[in-house]
Amino acid sequence: MYSYDEFDERFVRERVAQFRDQVARRLDGSLTEEEFRPLRLMNGLYLQLHAYMLRIAIPYGSMNGRQMRMLGTIAEKWDRGYGHFTTRQNIQFNWPKLKDIPDILDALADVGMHAIQTSGNCIRNTTSDPFSGVATDEIEDPRATCELIRQWSSLHPEFTFLGRKFKIAVTGASSDRAAIRVHDIGIEIVKNEAGETGYRILVGGGLGRTPMIGKELRAFLPREELLPYLEACLRVYNMHGRRDNKYKARIKILVHELGIDTYREHVEAEYARIDRSNTAADMAEFARIAEQFAPPAYPELPEQSAIFERALKAHPDFAHWVEQNGFAHRVPGFMAVTVSLKPVGGAPGDATSEQLRVLAEAAEQYSMDELRITHEQNVVLPNVKKDELFALWTLLKSQGLDAPNKGLVTDIIACPGLDYCALATARSIPVAQEISKRFSDPARMADIGPLAIKISGCINACGHHHVGHIGILGLDKAGVESYQITLGGDPANDASLGERTGPGFSYDQVPGVIETLVETYLGLREPRETFLQTYRRVGMAPFKEALYADAA
Amino acid sequence: MPTLRDITGILEDAWTRLDEGADAPAGPAIYPFPGDVAGNDPALTGIHIANDVDPESVVPMFDRVSLISVAFPAFTDGRGFSIGRRLREAGYTGRLRATGPVLADQFRYLLECGFDEVEVPDALAARQPQEQWERAADAVTLNYQRGYAGRRNILEARREARGV
Repeated sequence: MYSYDEFDERFVRERVAQFRDQVARRLDGSLTEEEFRPLRLMNGLYLQLHAYMLRIAIPYGSMNGRQMRMLGTIAEKWDRGYGHFTTRQNIQFNWPKLKDIPDILDALADVGMHAIQTSGNCIRNTTSDPFSGVATDEIEDPRATCELIRQWSSLHPEFTFLGRKFKIAVTGASSDRAAIRVHDIGIEIVKNEAGETGYRILVGGGLGRTPMIGKELRAFLPREELLPYLEACLRVYNMHGRRDNKYKARIKILVHELGIDTYREHVEAEYARIDRSNTAADMAEFARIAEQFAPPAYPELPEQSAIFERALKAHPDFAHWVEQNGFAHRVPGFMAVTVSLKPVGGAPGDATSEQLRVLAEAAEQYSMDELRITHEQNVVLPNVKKDELFALWTLLKSQGLDAPNKGLVTDIIACPGLDYCALATARSIPVAQEISKRFSDPARMADIGPLAIKISGCINACGHHHVGHIGILGLDKAGVESYQITLGGDPANDASLGERTGPGFSYDQVPGVIETLVETYLGLREPRETFLQTYRRVGMAPFKEALYADAA
Repeated sequence: MPTLRDITGILEDAWTRLDEGADAPAGPAIYPFPGDVAGNDPALTGIHIANDVDPESVVPMFDRVSLISVAFPAFTDGRGFSIGRRLREAGYTGRLRATGPVLADQFRYLLECGFDEVEVPDALAARQPQEQWERAADAVTLNYQRGYAGRRNILEARREARGV
């Protein structure tokens, strides 16, 4: 885990004081609301339907117990006793008061956290693989690269008033768990033929109202060139990206309109001009950062654990949870586990202050003081001894954190929707809750197998519906909620965007629609075939027919 | 009168802005780009560019002007920050001015992007007095990036602290 040095610490403290001053200047009229807006957004502060919302950065989703405990304290002291984990590995508090925000930011700084650039038209929190450092298919832990980007992008003087927000994701594994193909810039850590570690750069992916899959900009970029090259990419975007229409202002539109080859020519021309030595972090600094992500001192353990095996036999619920939520660890005798924040009927990604504290305790006691937040709005405990898994499960169960549904039909991603968001055109959380209740039977969930349902309450697609195996988009049709269904989306290595089934459905119809889609899949699937595989094999026709045959 | 300032405080603006095709006055004047400035005294010649002008096209004028003014049509339109850096990277060493309704909170970014001075319209200047600009310039005394304002960045400070 990266911990702040004196400079990082001072930087964040000064930033808090600056924001305190900006709030005061808003209140005394020096800043108009229009002027204050981008300044507060750059500090993660939104004005929502009912109140301010504060979004706190969890850089690349990685945190320790002390930080998690502070989130619990914030939830209790300044909010209504709960927080909401987001699809950008961040956490949001939905009910803070404006006057309390500087104090909350100070409390965050006490544990090495901040809310810098969690919103606004700037470079946002860099996201990554929640299993970084422990996955078996990893070339390199991507978090050192993420931290380098975090520092470079923090209050970047040139890129803080971009045409639109800018999102970067990094993966260091062969299996993409960071959805890099649907980011403004996606970075994959790769090795070249000479065995050197560097980066493959993708650009122009994104969701929102014009979803696109990122295109390859560079097959291999040497490590030391990363920051100057990113600077060239951002500069071309900053100067040439559209500013006439905020819905066409993301880099994906620029890349699409220019074509990837022309965009690349611009970037390479800029890169040739740029003073690289001015921007490049020296590799000693990279090494200093990387050292902090060195693997913890794992004790030598046998791969098999007798305690674990006994618990699996004695407690079928525990065995089911391990089977569904466990993730193979590269170190013998260890396992990573996903703590699902999707209990049946719950609001996806919500955690109470008590749950946040139990997660902190779980990390400190059982996971070498590490936690990860996933873009699926769950929490990962990455370093658990198999010997202690049962004790961990017992602790989690005491707070209802034992839902054995990772990757299943009830592990639904949903944006806050009309319940909180000022942009929303429809409800999403209650839709997720209804679907979750409908599929609450664990045996049925297991039989259905991997199925990612993703729900957005408006066209901005915060719920990632375009890359859901089943995507649900809530719209407002003449004052009535209408839900469009897409099928076949996926954010991983062979990323695809979902296709629309046809006309939308009413709020009440949605759970039944999902049921019909699932039943259609079950009737068509071949042995061990997942929903996505079946869909890719048979196509839209049978699903469409099942949904609309009666209406025709 | 708009307010002109740099890091030392409020300045008297000696420059006159000219409209397209206007006759040159005796003193220092800022011409709209591309401007017919051949034969002018560079010390008395400035150029004003919109933020969609390719900075490359300004490079040939570097030795004919001593001031470049870059338009910021709105404080949210950040193209000018890149233009500032591009001009500096291309070797421009004259005075660089940001012109438009930018906020005190952006002063530090402008300095780091190579700007020397800022010209803001009246209404905004009235709401954000000099004292706020001074505070804003040093609200955050550290930066991770290396800019043009002569500050040591965090990476360099670290190296120094390590005694390398």
